[in-house]
Amino acid sequence: MPPQNVALPATISSSELIEIYRTMYLIRQFDNSLPPLYRSGKIRGTAHAYTGMEAIAAGTCHVLRPDDLIASTHRGHGHCLAKGLEPRRMMEELMGRAQGYCRGKGGSLHLTSLVNGMLGADGVVGGSLALAVGAAYASNLIGRETVVVAYFGDGASNAGLFHEAANLASILSAPVLFVCENNQWALSTRTTEVTAGPGIADRAASYGIPGRSVDGNDVLAVIDAATPLVERARIGQGPSLLEAKTYRMGLHSLYSSTGGDDRDPAELEDWANKDPVDRTRALLLGLGEEPRVAEVEREVDELIARAISDAADSPYPEPSAAYEDVYSLSNVVGPDRLS
Amino acid sequence: MTHQITMSQAINEALHEEMAREERVILIGEDVGRHGGLFGASAGLIARFGPKRVIDSPISEAGIVGFGIGAALVGCRPVVELQIFDFISLAMDQIVNHAAKMRYMSGGQASVPIVVRGPTLTGVGTAAQHSQAQPSWFVNTPGLIVVAPSTPADAKGLLKSAIREDNPVIVVEKRLLYDVRGDVPDEDVLTPLGSAVIRRRGTDVTVVGVLGGVELALRSAADLASEGLSAEVIDPRTLKPLDIDTISESVKKTGRVVVVSEDPGANGVASEIITRVIERVFWYLDAPPVRVTGANTPIPYSAVMEREVLPSVQRVTEAIRLVTN
Repeated sequence: MPPQNVALPATISSSELIEIYRTMYLIRQFDNSLPPLYRSGKIRGTAHAYTGMEAIAAGTCHVLRPDDLIASTHRGHGHCLAKGLEPRRMMEELMGRAQGYCRGKGGSLHLTSLVNGMLGADGVVGGSLALAVGAAYASNLIGRETVVVAYFGDGASNAGLFHEAANLASILSAPVLFVCENNQWALSTRTTEVTAGPGIADRAASYGIPGRSVDGNDVLAVIDAATPLVERARIGQGPSLLEAKTYRMGLHSLYSSTGGDDRDPAELEDWANKDPVDRTRALLLGLGEEPRVAEVEREVDELIARAISDAADSPYPEPSAAYEDVYSLSNVVGPDRLS
Repeated sequence: MTHQITMSQAINEALHEEMAREERVILIGEDVGRHGGLFGASAGLIARFGPKRVIDSPISEAGIVGFGIGAALVGCRPVVELQIFDFISLAMDQIVNHAAKMRYMSGGQASVPIVVRGPTLTGVGTAAQHSQAQPSWFVNTPGLIVVAPSTPADAKGLLKSAIREDNPVIVVEKRLLYDVRGDVPDEDVLTPLGSAVIRRRGTDVTVVGVLGGVELALRSAADLASEGLSAEVIDPRTLKPLDIDTISESVKKTGRVVVVSEDPGANGVASEIITRVIERVFWYLDAPPVRVTGANTPIPYSAVMEREVLPSVQRVTEAIRLVTN
């Protein structure tokens, strides 16, 4: 994409946009690094790349404060990185190492870092939406100004828990921003084939909360849309729903890659032209930021390479660690009685 | 000193005391606020603690359990009331995949001190979708604690312990026990989780009763005492972790064991208790263990059929005769 001569909105400095680009590029490169690690067996099971959706995590997390919370999905690497998790410890978790965020017990599907305000990726589509509402309500109850962003996909918008969570959040005026990452596709079904009604943002009206939709591949638009919704949650005006329209540029998962991508090549190409990382990069180049962009890319590439090599050298857990963390032992009678 | 109250009043006392003691204890459930709970367990709470801590919820079991999990993650101690225990199936994903596993999946970061409680209505004619509690679903789920109180004192003491517990706790209650009166200590008594109690001392047979099974075992034991047969009755109170020490010490003494639980027999609560007894004290057994359980059927509506499929004093007595013969 050629450089554009576009002025930034007054609310964003070019240094801030550089940092946002760093996050987006980090997400892209992190997920791009995974397929060879999967093929060589360093990563097992599966993982779901966030590729193509980077502007949503980077844009929404840019609006949040460090002590705000996010609840994530099975496609959670982007949320993790945008909320400040370290690539090395994420990579250690993906490789099942003892120093991974979850001590090797969670893997990609359950990446969690509470100190970062990241309540967890979630292997159940829609599974984290109601707990996001509870976390928001309870944080408010105990006197915090926390806002919770609950990410979910187009698929989860058809799950019962989305509707239960939206209803609860609305009646309780919980400080939640539901962010729907509508990436157009479930594994093999097109969202429009399996989703009734005019659009996911419109579902907000059923719950009496604001529903907005935004070009999820335009990071400035995401920031612009999320800012007032986070702000209204923070000042006690309750939840809202932001549908970010985007595209899953990669395959559904590392595991499902065996069948190749059977989507229309023209469609893939169309969305490749709207690549959010490319767009942000072009914007920065248009602002004359090429040197800083190059520096960020070099730093991130090194960071990822080092994360991979450090994680590959990182020790595995003792097999017996599998028995730890099932229960808190603080109150119960003792580990020998937990069967 | 003690006072005599019903089990639903005892649950209510526990909630009042714990909400007064710790402002991070909150309650959510259907009709728990203005109505005070369908069975009165939350009477007076909303007036005392306000609608922010006592939340009248929509009919949204998965939503409110998930809500409780999130509240627990940020440091509150939520109690989620399920109006009828059977409806827990609507919240299974939130309980099994979230509450139970989040500590583990996060490598020990997350703590989910939630209590999910509610009564099963077995025995009152509410038929298959309001009358069947299957505690083994939760005993079989690593990460959960499962308690099943049979007296007002334990309903209070176990709930208070459950609220202070850092692990998620499922409290299985039985509607027909709600109206039974019993002595409850006046002071702040916590019944320890994971600790059984011997309800009646005896020497010839160990009868383990769960929930309503305790009362059946005690009545059968009283009947058989007139024939000179001495039954020891144990109430495990907590099904996970199971106090197998107390049960197996008793079986070492008596050499015989009967387990009474109204959940269906296959892979049920009684199956697990008997397996654990066999693993521990097989060589002390003088007779094969016997289960007295619910039949492997849904609960039927008609009284004659409901009685047929549930444990009874007569069936407990027959089982005791079988193992002591």
